[in-house]
Amino acid sequence: MAVTLTVNGRRRTVAAAPETPLLYILRNDLELNAAKFGCGMAQCGACTVLVDGKAVRSCVTPALAVVDTKITTLEGLGSASNLHALQKAFIDEQAAQCGYCIAGMLMSAKALLDEVPRPTETEIRQALAGNLCRCGTHNRIVRAIQRAAKEMSP
Amino acid sequence: MSAGNSQGITRRRFLKQAAALTVGFTLAPLARGFAQSPSPLPGSLQKNRMLDGWLRINPNGTVTAFTGKVEIGQGIVTALAQIVGDELEVDLARIEMVSGDTSRTPDEGVTSGSRSIEESGSALRFACAEARGILLETAAAKLGAPASSLRVEDGVILAPGGARATYWELTTQAMLKREATAKAKPKPASQHRYIGKSVPRRDIPAKVTGGAAYVHDMRLPGMVFGRVIRPPSPRARLVSVDERAARALPGVVAVVRDGSFLAVAAKREEQAIAAARALRRGAKWQQTASLPPSGRKLFDHLRSQPAQDSVVSEKNDKAAAAVKTLQATFTRPFQAHAAIGPSCALAQWQNGKLHVFSHTQGVFPLRGELAKALKMPAADITVTHREGSGCYGHNGADDVALDAALCARATGGRPVKLQWMRDDEFRWEPYGSAMLIDLRAGLDAQGNVVDFQNELWSHTHSTRPGESDGTNLLAAWYLKDPQRPGSARNIPQPAGGGDRNAIPLYVFPRQRVVNHFLPEMPVRVSALRTLGAYANVFAIESFMDELAAAAGLDPIEFRLRHLSDPRAKAVIDAVASKAGWRPKQSGDGRRGRGIGFAKYKNLAAYVAVIAEVDVDRATGIIKVPRAFAVADAGLIINPDGLINQIEGGVIQSTSWTLREAISYDSTQMLTSSWADYPILHMTEVPSVEVSLIDRPEERPVGAGESAQGPTAAAIANAVANATGRRIRELPFTAESVKAAQT
Repeated sequence: MAVTLTVNGRRRTVAAAPETPLLYILRNDLELNAAKFGCGMAQCGACTVLVDGKAVRSCVTPALAVVDTKITTLEGLGSASNLHALQKAFIDEQAAQCGYCIAGMLMSAKALLDEVPRPTETEIRQALAGNLCRCGTHNRIVRAIQRAAKEMSP
Repeated sequence: MSAGNSQGITRRRFLKQAAALTVGFTLAPLARGFAQSPSPLPGSLQKNRMLDGWLRINPNGTVTAFTGKVEIGQGIVTALAQIVGDELEVDLARIEMVSGDTSRTPDEGVTSGSRSIEESGSALRFACAEARGILLETAAAKLGAPASSLRVEDGVILAPGGARATYWELTTQAMLKREATAKAKPKPASQHRYIGKSVPRRDIPAKVTGGAAYVHDMRLPGMVFGRVIRPPSPRARLVSVDERAARALPGVVAVVRDGSFLAVAAKREEQAIAAARALRRGAKWQQTASLPPSGRKLFDHLRSQPAQDSVVSEKNDKAAAAVKTLQATFTRPFQAHAAIGPSCALAQWQNGKLHVFSHTQGVFPLRGELAKALKMPAADITVTHREGSGCYGHNGADDVALDAALCARATGGRPVKLQWMRDDEFRWEPYGSAMLIDLRAGLDAQGNVVDFQNELWSHTHSTRPGESDGTNLLAAWYLKDPQRPGSARNIPQPAGGGDRNAIPLYVFPRQRVVNHFLPEMPVRVSALRTLGAYANVFAIESFMDELAAAAGLDPIEFRLRHLSDPRAKAVIDAVASKAGWRPKQSGDGRRGRGIGFAKYKNLAAYVAVIAEVDVDRATGIIKVPRAFAVADAGLIINPDGLINQIEGGVIQSTSWTLREAISYDSTQMLTSSWADYPILHMTEVPSVEVSLIDRPEERPVGAGESAQGPTAAAIANAVANATGRRIRELPFTAESVKAAQT
C-alpha cells in the first residue's frame, strides 16, 4: 500500500495505508516534526497544517482525502536560516513557553493572513480559538501575528 | 535551548552524545575526611561540590555548562546561560548548556517549586566565579602581572601592558577538578552584561521552525511505536485478554502483558493505535468502586476522613478582644495539569542496560524509581531529558517512561517511542489535590484583625518518584508482582504542601493554622503548580476582602495596614497605581475589580494582581477582560522571561478558576477529552499587563508559580465587587454564579 502526497511543494510517496491519518505520515514517514499529536480528535489544533491553503486538523484527516491537494506544514513556510515573517515575529515576541501548540498556532495564523492580510485583534483571536495553549502564551501569539501582518503587508 | 539537550536528535548526535559519556568527570569529591561535615556551599553546589561537574572550558573556544535542572518551557536554560556568560565573561554564543542527564550532569533532584534559579543558578554563579578566579591566577603567573590587574573580554585575559592569554589555551583538564570553595565573589549587578537583560530564549527557534525540539520528535534507528492500554478504572484488574485480533493486525511487533499492565508495539504509529484498540476490545476487567463522592459531597467527605493534624503556625500575642467575627469555607476540586501534548518517552534496552529519554522533571529521581520498578541496579539505567509539552508539575512524564521501558523489553533491543493518548493523560495523570479550607477571623473595634484561624483539609500534594518508600510510577502498581505507591507525606513548612501559603503574610496578633493532612489517596494526586498555595491564597485573600468590607475599609488599605514587609507593600502599591485603583469603588452589578496578593511559599516572589471582571448574571458567565500584575522576584535574570511566566501564570490560573474540575463517578474517572475539561481559549483569556520590580541586591527567585494564587483571589474579589455576591467554591462555573445571585 502506498500513497502519494504533495507536501511543501514536493511529491512524496510513502508506504502507508490510505486511511492513515495525515499526521502520522507527516511526522513519521516524512520526518516533519512541526505538526504535533495533541488529542487525535480535532479538539486542540496542535496538528494543524494547510490543505490547499485552509487550516485542517491532520490528526483526523485520512491521507486518501488529501492526495490531490497541496499540503503545507510549518517546515514549508521557512527554516531556521530562512525564516518566514510569522516565524520571525514569534521569535521577536518570544511567543512560546513550552511551544508544543506553536506550530499549530502558526499554521492557523498563516491561513488567516492569506485570507485577511491585516486582521483585527478580534479576527485573530477568533481564527485561533480552536488552537489550545496551556502555558498562557495567547497574548504574545496575538502580538506576534499582528507584528507579522504589519511586516507582510505594510 | 542550545546544543546539548533539546536540539535535533539525529542519529549522529545521539551517537556522539553516547560517546561523550565515556569522558571522565567528577560530581563528588573522591575522598573526604570522615566525621567532617562539608562546609556549606550555595545552591546545588552543596551536594555537587566539584567544579568540573558544572563547567568545562574547552580548548576549541567553547564552554560547556552542566545543570541538573531541565527546560520545561520556563526558559531556565537560557537564564542559566546568562549567569554563566556573566560570571565567566564569555559571549553567550560560546556556551553549550547540557541539562538533565544521569550520565553527565549534577543531580539537582527535581525541577520544580520555582527553585531552579536559586539552586542551579547559585551553583553555576559561584562555580563560574571561582573558575574565572582560577584562570586569572594562572594567567597572572604566565603573564607576570598581578591577577588584580587583569581583565577579561570574552575569554581573553588582558594584562595592562598588552600581554594576553586566553581561557582556551590556559585551561587544563585538571584545573577544575577540585572542590568548590565559593570564596570567589560573584559580580555585582553593575557589572552584569547578560543578567537583567531580555536575552532571547535558546529553545524557541527550533520550536517555530519544526526543529526536533521534543522527545516526541526523536527518531532512533529501528524504532517502533508503543501504546499502553490502561485499565478502565483505577482499581480494575485484568481478568483475561484475547490477544489474537491485535496480533493479527499489520505491523504489530509485540503485545506485552504483565499482570494488569497491557501494551503494544508496532512498526507504525497508527498500527500501534489500532492494535491498542483491538486489545482493549479483547480485554476483560474486574472493576471495583474506589472513588470518593464527587461535587459538593467531596468536601464533607474530606472533612470526615482520618487525618494527621498539625499546627503549622500559632501565635498568641496580646491584642484587643474581637468585636466582630467572620467565618467562611472555601473549596477547590481536583484539577488537571492538562498539557497540550500527551506524555511521551523513548526507551531502549541494550545488553541488559536501559536508556530512557524523558520529559521528566527529575532524571535522577526517575532513574531511581525505574530501578525499583524494574528491579535492576540504577547504575544500569541512563535517563536523559528531552523537552516535552508544557510541564505544570508532576504529570504523566515519569509514568510513561516506565510504560516505554516495559514495552521495550519485548522488542528485542529496538527502541520504543511510546506516547499516551489524550484520554490516558486526562484519566491517569496525578491531579492537583482537592482542598477544603475553613477560615475564621475576629476584628477589633478599629477594624484590625486580632484573631485568625485557618484549618485546611487536603491529601498530599506530592507523590513524585524518588520521594518515598514505595514506587511512584503508575504501571508498577498493575504488574503481576505489583508494587505499592509510596506512603503519602506532606512537604514540611516553610515551603509546605497542602499548607503552602496557609500562613498569612499579614501580621495578626493571634493566629492558628492547622493542617488536616489526609494520608489516604483514593484519587491519584501529586504536585500541580503551586501545590496548596493556589487554594490557600484564593481563600485567605478572598477572606481579607470580606474582612475589609466588615471593617468598612478599602481592600488595599486594609491589606497594607496588616503588612510589615516593605516588598509586599511595594507590589500592592504598584499594582494599585498601575490599575488606577480607586478606593472603595464598588462594581456596577456587572463589572468590578479585585485584588489578590501573596509572597509565594512565604519565601519567594511577591506578586499582586488586580483583575477586572464582567459578570453576566443571567447566563452566569464570568469574563476576565483584563488583569494587572506586579512581581518582585529579587534580582531579575531575564525580564522578558519573568514577564512571560507571570502572564502565563495569570492566564492559567484564570482558566483553573473559571472552568476547571476533574469529574468522576464511584468507579471511573470521567474526564477524558478537552470536551470534558474545557480550558480558556484565545477569545476568552484576559489581557495581562505585567510590571516588575527589580531588586539587584536581593537573591533571585523563580516566579513560575507565583501569580496563580493571587489571580484566583483577584477574580473572586472582583466578582464580589461587581455583584455583591461572593463565590467560595472553585471553579466559578455558570451554575455557581447563578446560584450565588439567588
